[in-house]
Amino acid sequence: MTRSAEVAARVFREERVTVLATLIRQAGDFQLAEDALQDAFEAALTAWPRDGIPRNPAAWINVTARRRAIDRLRRNRTVADRAARLAELIRLDQQEHPATSEASVIVDDRLRLIFTCCHPALDPSAQVALTLRTLGGLTTAEIAHAFLVAEPTMGKRITRAKSKIANAHIRYQVPADGELPARLRGVLRVMYLIFNEGYSASAGEQLTRGELCGEAIRLGRLLVELMPDEAEAWGLLALMLLHDARRAARTVSGRYVALADQDRSLWDHAQIAGGLRALEKAVRFRRPGQYQLQAAITALHIQAADPDATDWEQIADLYGALGRLSPSTVVAVNHAAAVGFAEGPRAGLHLLGPLLAEPALQRYQPLHATHADLLNRAGDQAAAADAYRRAISLTQNAVERAELERRLVALAVR
Amino acid sequence: MPRYLVLLYSPEGDEATERQRWAQLPLWQELTDGLRDAGLLVANGALHRTDTATTVRVRDDEIEMTDGPFAITKEVLAGFYVLDCDGLDEALRHAARFPTARYGSVEVRPIMEPTGDDSLG
Repeated sequence: MTRSAEVAARVFREERVTVLATLIRQAGDFQLAEDALQDAFEAALTAWPRDGIPRNPAAWINVTARRRAIDRLRRNRTVADRAARLAELIRLDQQEHPATSEASVIVDDRLRLIFTCCHPALDPSAQVALTLRTLGGLTTAEIAHAFLVAEPTMGKRITRAKSKIANAHIRYQVPADGELPARLRGVLRVMYLIFNEGYSASAGEQLTRGELCGEAIRLGRLLVELMPDEAEAWGLLALMLLHDARRAARTVSGRYVALADQDRSLWDHAQIAGGLRALEKAVRFRRPGQYQLQAAITALHIQAADPDATDWEQIADLYGALGRLSPSTVVAVNHAAAVGFAEGPRAGLHLLGPLLAEPALQRYQPLHATHADLLNRAGDQAAAADAYRRAISLTQNAVERAELERRLVALAVR
Repeated sequence: MPRYLVLLYSPEGDEATERQRWAQLPLWQELTDGLRDAGLLVANGALHRTDTATTVRVRDDEIEMTDGPFAITKEVLAGFYVLDCDGLDEALRHAARFPTARYGSVEVRPIMEPTGDDSLG
């Protein structure tokens, strides 16, 4: 690749979201904006080696993409509001300083893009796919691969989402104040879904698919840059950084390693420091939320000098608070496990009782794995073995299954 | 302004349930007046029960008629509104205000707009 082609590729990677976010607003259409941006990239590959790299490459891309959008609109007579859109684009093109937008407008455009991709009228799987495609710049093939679906299926999902945005008139806007908290929760949920899919591949043989984790963290950083006063946005970023920092230590030759047994020299300590800084920022707002609580729990695990020094009392308290704020089975099981360490296995088993009696949870693997661990520590090895067998029969993930089998074998040896 | 068809689906209830729903008539009246005053209301209507429905199909140039609704479902189409809204969010906001949203389901569908305007280009 020539130097100018390399520069073009780099500038497009760096500026893509900013340019696209503004172009979608100006062109009034996702697909048109994306196609025009692709045209501009191809134009740069021809023009830059010939004429030299422009002084302000981002502005060049912006102007070129907008002109390509005008060309495309002129050719396409089937678009609704075509006249109005063309008039607006041409007006922008004739402005004296067309490419220098106010910083606040650029921030707003990217927020508009985030909130539109994560609009609750779109199916959650479509929100995830569209966010990765548009804000992450992943190709459809890459997204399909990461979510273990066929590429045409993923392509249809993304196309369908874009056409719903256009046809149902999902407005390209940041929600009004009254709707903002609920909508922001939706955005954070999408980012966390992306992160989790990367962190705990549910059906795959591999425990982590790092590119999704990295992508989710990048989106999390973008969100706190755009909305620096949202405590939960910082909380989610902290949570993702703290989890991801331990990725290298989580498996050893394909085997899952529990936190207590992880080789701490494999942790990314710079990233842990970054996660703790983000958590401090979040906590300063004094607006607790589920992501901050989860990040605080993870931070306590990490900060313990060794596993035996873990502050289980505080972790149990945080799980209790988390359960009151957003009750879920996962939290209830983890709360019981933490209480099991803080107050002894019997106290943990006591909390697990009602969950074990719940018919809907009979097939919930983590419940039975935790039950087995507590029974083992309480000295009831026979019952623990039964619970491990039950958990193993419910596990899809090969790495997790190997770990549960190891614990079962360790029981028998004792 | 985009136009939306708001379809009100509710479980067909017994007489007591129906009476309860009719008791909400003032609320419906107020909602409808509000939409009209805001200039959003294009049309609206409550439908008779599904046992009054007739479904028509033309196959091989023959008109076939079936006594009953197009599909037998637990929740049936009970009424509709046609609204001009600024966008989907506004349409959804109004959809959530209809009492049907609490005991049934409200479907919001964008109505196709005429495309193309050749005055330019």
